Order: sequence, then C-alpha cells, then structure tokens
Amino acid sequence: MAEVKLTNVNKVYSNGAHAVRGVNMEIADGEFIVFVGPSGCGKSTLLRMVAGLETVTEGDLYIDENRINDVSPAERNVAMVFQNYALYPHMTVRGNMSYGLKNRGDSKEEIEQKVIAAAKTLHIEDFLDRQPNQLSGGQRQRVAMGRAIVRNPKVFLFDEPLSNLDAKLRVQMRIEIKKLQRKMGVTSIYVTHDQTEAMTLADRLAVINNGQIEQMGKPIELYKDPKTLFVASFIGSPQVNLISVRYDGKFLKSGSLEIDGFEGLPIAEELVLGLRPEHLRIDDQGKLAMKIDLVEQHGADNLVYGSLEGAKNEDGDDLELCLRLNQGQEPSIGETINLSYDHSNALVFSKETGKRLI
Amino acid sequence: MKRVQFSHSPIPYLFIAPQIIIICIFFLWPAAQAIYQSFLLEDAFGLSSQFVWFKNYKDTILTDAWLQSAGFTLVFSFLVTFLSLALAMLLAVKANEVIQGARTYKTMLMWAYAIAPPVAGLMGNLMFNPLIGDLYYFLNAMGWDFNHKLDSFDAGFVVVLIAVWKQVSVNFIFFLSGLQGIPKSVIEAATIDCKSNLRRFWTMTFPLLAPTTFFLVVINITYAFFETFGIIDTTTGGAPGGSTSTLVYKVFTDGFRGNDLGGSSAQSVVLMLMVLALTVIQFRFIERKVHY
Repeated sequence: MAEVKLTNVNKVYSNGAHAVRGVNMEIADGEFIVFVGPSGCGKSTLLRMVAGLETVTEGDLYIDENRINDVSPAERNVAMVFQNYALYPHMTVRGNMSYGLKNRGDSKEEIEQKVIAAAKTLHIEDFLDRQPNQLSGGQRQRVAMGRAIVRNPKVFLFDEPLSNLDAKLRVQMRIEIKKLQRKMGVTSIYVTHDQTEAMTLADRLAVINNGQIEQMGKPIELYKDPKTLFVASFIGSPQVNLISVRYDGKFLKSGSLEIDGFEGLPIAEELVLGLRPEHLRIDDQGKLAMKIDLVEQHGADNLVYGSLEGAKNEDGDDLELCLRLNQGQEPSIGETINLSYDHSNALVFSKETGKRLI
Repeated sequence: MKRVQFSHSPIPYLFIAPQIIIICIFFLWPAAQAIYQSFLLEDAFGLSSQFVWFKNYKDTILTDAWLQSAGFTLVFSFLVTFLSLALAMLLAVKANEVIQGARTYKTMLMWAYAIAPPVAGLMGNLMFNPLIGDLYYFLNAMGWDFNHKLDSFDAGFVVVLIAVWKQVSVNFIFFLSGLQGIPKSVIEAATIDCKSNLRRFWTMTFPLLAPTTFFLVVINITYAFFETFGIIDTTTGGAPGGSTSTLVYKVFTDGFRGNDLGGSSAQSVVLMLMVLALTVIQFRFIERKVHY
C-alpha cells in the first residue's frame, strides 16, 4: 500500500536525448495509473525510472514519504512485469517465483506458502515444476504476474505486458489484471500504447507526448474533454475526424464547405474541428454530405468511411471521414448521405498550439 | 508405422565427400599409421623394423618420465583452462558494463587473439630472458629468486602465464557475445529481485553463460593439450629436465629428437584414447547440467 509521487522528474540520456521533461504526478494508494502514448514518447523511461532501472537526471521520486532516487531497485519494494516476460530461463516456475523472496531472506516454509498461494490465484499451480520454455505465451505471462504478486510489493509496474499475446488472450488477461489489482489493492503503473487497454484498465490515465504529460485524468474525462489536439486524436477508436478550417466570424470554412453555429473563435486563424465517428448521425437535414467509399461490419456496429464533400485537407484532397452506425443501418457504397452532429460534442482546436478552444 | 522410403540418390554423398576425404587423409590414415607404427621397433636409421607387439607400450607408458609428463599435462591443462576462463569471464563481465569507449576497450582486449602460439612463446622468451627480460628482472626484484632455466616451478609458471595470456582474448570474445545474448530484461528483472551484484552474478549471469562456458572448457582443454606445443617449444623446450614437457611435446621429442618412432607412436595412441575418454566424459556428464 503506497502513494507514489513524482516531482519535476527529468531524464536526459548521455547522448543528449531529453526523454522525460518535468513530469509531476501524484498517485494515490491503490490507484491504477496508465501511461499511454506513441512509441518513443518517454512513457517506458518514466516507468523504468520508478523501477530504478534508469537513473533520474533531475527531480525527485517518492514512494510514501521516502525519496527513492538513490535506492537500489531491489530495495524499492516494487515488482515489474516485462513485455517479453523476462522469466529466468534456467529456473522452474517455482524457482522464478521464489527467487526474489529467497534473496530477501524469507524462510523456506514462508516462500513455499506464498508461492502456492500466488500460483493458485493465477491458476498455474500445475506448472510449478516446469521450465519457462515448456509454457505457452499466456502461461508465461501468468508466471510473470505470479513473480510480481508473490513479493507483495508496494507498487506494481507493468511495461506493455500484453503486447506479445494474441488478441483474444490479451482481452482475457486485461480483465484478469484489472480484477487482480482491485482485489489486492496495490498501487499500479501500467505502460501501453494501446488506447483500448489504457481506457479499460485505468483509474486515471496520463497521455504522454514528447516526454511530457499532455493530460491526466479519468479515461472518460480525457475522451469527453481533451485539452489538446494530441489527446483528442490519441483517445478514441476509431480516431476522431479532424477537419482543417478557418473561422470568418460566422462560419467555419473548409474549401467550399461552411459550418455554422460557432461563436467566439479567433478569426482567420487556422483551426481544427474534431468530430468523433460516434457523434455523427444520418440526418437528411444535416449540413455535412458524405460520399461512402467503404463499409466495415464489426458485428455490433458498422464503420462507414467516405469523403466529406466540399471540404479539402491541406494538400487539397478530399477529406476522409469516418462514421459509426448501429447494426442495421447500412448505407450502400457510392451513396451520398447527409450527416449532422450535436454542437456540444464538437471539439475545436488551434492548429498552431494544439490547444482546445471549444 | 509406415517406414518412409527414400530413393537412393548419390547426391547427398557427393555433398559430404569433401569432409569425408579430409577426415580420411588427415585423421584416419595417420591414426592407422600411428597404431601400426606403435607395434614396430625400428633401428635408429630407419633401415629395418620388426614387429614387437606391445613392447613399445610397455617401455614408454607408465614409466617415470611419462608419468611425470602426464602429471604436468593435467596440472598445466587445468591451470590454463581455469585461469584463462576465469580471467576472460571477469574481463567480459566488466567490459560489458562499460559504456564510454566500450569499443576501444573491447578491441584492445581482443588483440592478443591475433598472435600465433609460437610468436606468443617468443615474446614470452624475450620478457623472461635472464639478460634483457623485463619480467625476469621484475620478479627477481620482487624478492622471488626466479630462474625458469633451473627451477621447474618457475618454468611451469612461465608456460602457464604465456598460454593463459594467449587464450584469454579468445575466451573473452566468446564470453562477451554470450553475455550480450542474455536478454537485457532478464538481467533487469533480476536487478529488481536481487540486491547483491555478486549473488546476482552467481545465480543469474553464470548459469545463463553455462552453454558458452561448457563450449569453452572443451576448446580450452584441447588448446592446453595440443596447441600450447608452440609455446612450450619456443620458451622452455620442455626444460628443465622435461618438467615442462606435455604429453604432446614428449611425443614430439621422443619421436623426432630421440628417433624412437615406435615409442612415440605408442604414446600418441594412448594420448588419442585419453582425449577420446575426456570428450565422452565432457559430453556425457557436464553437458547434462548445462541449460541451453
């Protein structure tokens, strides 16, 4: 049970790369925090700094009230689950799980007890005497989890633990991780680039871009109320439709397309209008006309792709649009449909700063 | 179960023919010659010979000189293998942690690999030369009454030192690549699980290097047995009194200096059997404990 605090944390590598820039964060006891961002954004570096695998160039790390910048990884009382599991190949499952406890000096009976208990939780008690290379990917993942929980750490760290699993297993393990974390109530930090994983697992989500936290909050807050263009485009699947526009005092204009109903925007500046696929609906009175190119059937819903008539992107090409429809609503390819949206759901960003205006 | 029948094509045999020919010419034929020779007694000029059954074996094997040479070979091989492996592993583990200037550092450690054993021997000869050898003066200045021409321990020290120095670089290269083959995340996971560096080395790095170590043990024993011939020949020449003569060197001196071809062949047959036994032991017993 622990709180984690990061104050003005920076990481500069010896080659000069500034991987993490002034990150401040407070993680409450038992909270499940997810770092999400594109590859190379510094999210893994940040996690590895908490683990002690990377040094902190500047700033302070705290677990509870203790500054842990200079504490060795083994003494931070954290447990980490790696992307490729990082099981010890020359040890059995039991050996893998008891290694940390043995080095900590726990008694034999105690270790055996803890290993059995953890194995039961994860349903791996039948594999305890096997070598890692005799296990499937999902089983290895469980062993890696077991190795983490058996230590009863203050903080769990997950570094993209599900990305080596197949799609079905990934969903299953995702649910299990969430349940397990709830049950144990251990503060957790989870790194992923998969926004579905991020949305579903997180109590709070930190979107990281270029070494900085773009926005941090509950997943649904980030979805509904993104502060920047980056967050809006990163959260939500399929991605939000982005339309380059200019405001002339009355209309948002893109090519020959004119959209009304907006007020108080800076005039003549380049803006971006964001409309989520699920917020668009078919409406004969709608002002947006879309010519359908492709319909993807996902079972529960259909994703319709097409071009927005009149609107042009920066290169002067027709603007691509995506629309989510319920099952049953299935327009045919080549057809042109009219769309409308709620003004309350429309997002407007400044192109230059990426900041949200409306 | 149905047996799969392959049509007999000569092509596979063609592919392995070069290897088979090489083995026949350079191993089977000389080996057969050696076995045949070992039953013959020849006069010093090689004009006549006579079949004597096992007399050569009786006369050369298990004699005092042979036992002494066998003893030296065992001690020498053990020391060379152990020291060169231990040193190379230490250097490789340390070099693997170096970040700044790693490449220069590693290249410098690998350099000695390019030196042929006889050349290493010659260099050693100069360094231990009683007139101009720096190491000779250094050791004497340290208070060690060092003279490898007279003292068999000192002579053994010289050959072991040179043989180890020559071999460390080869082992270093293999250990370094072995270390780089260990997944970084496994070591990181161990860092979180184990505080002590030393303990982590023995429980994680060392067992994961075991396949490399096993391979190198085989290579190094072979090296110490056979390839150190050049070093011994150029430094001590088996002196003083044959105390630094390995079995291979004794085969050479008895056969080509002493002109006792029969006795020399008998020794080489025995040596062959010893190496065979050693190889079987290595693969049977040690390999089983190695995790691949």
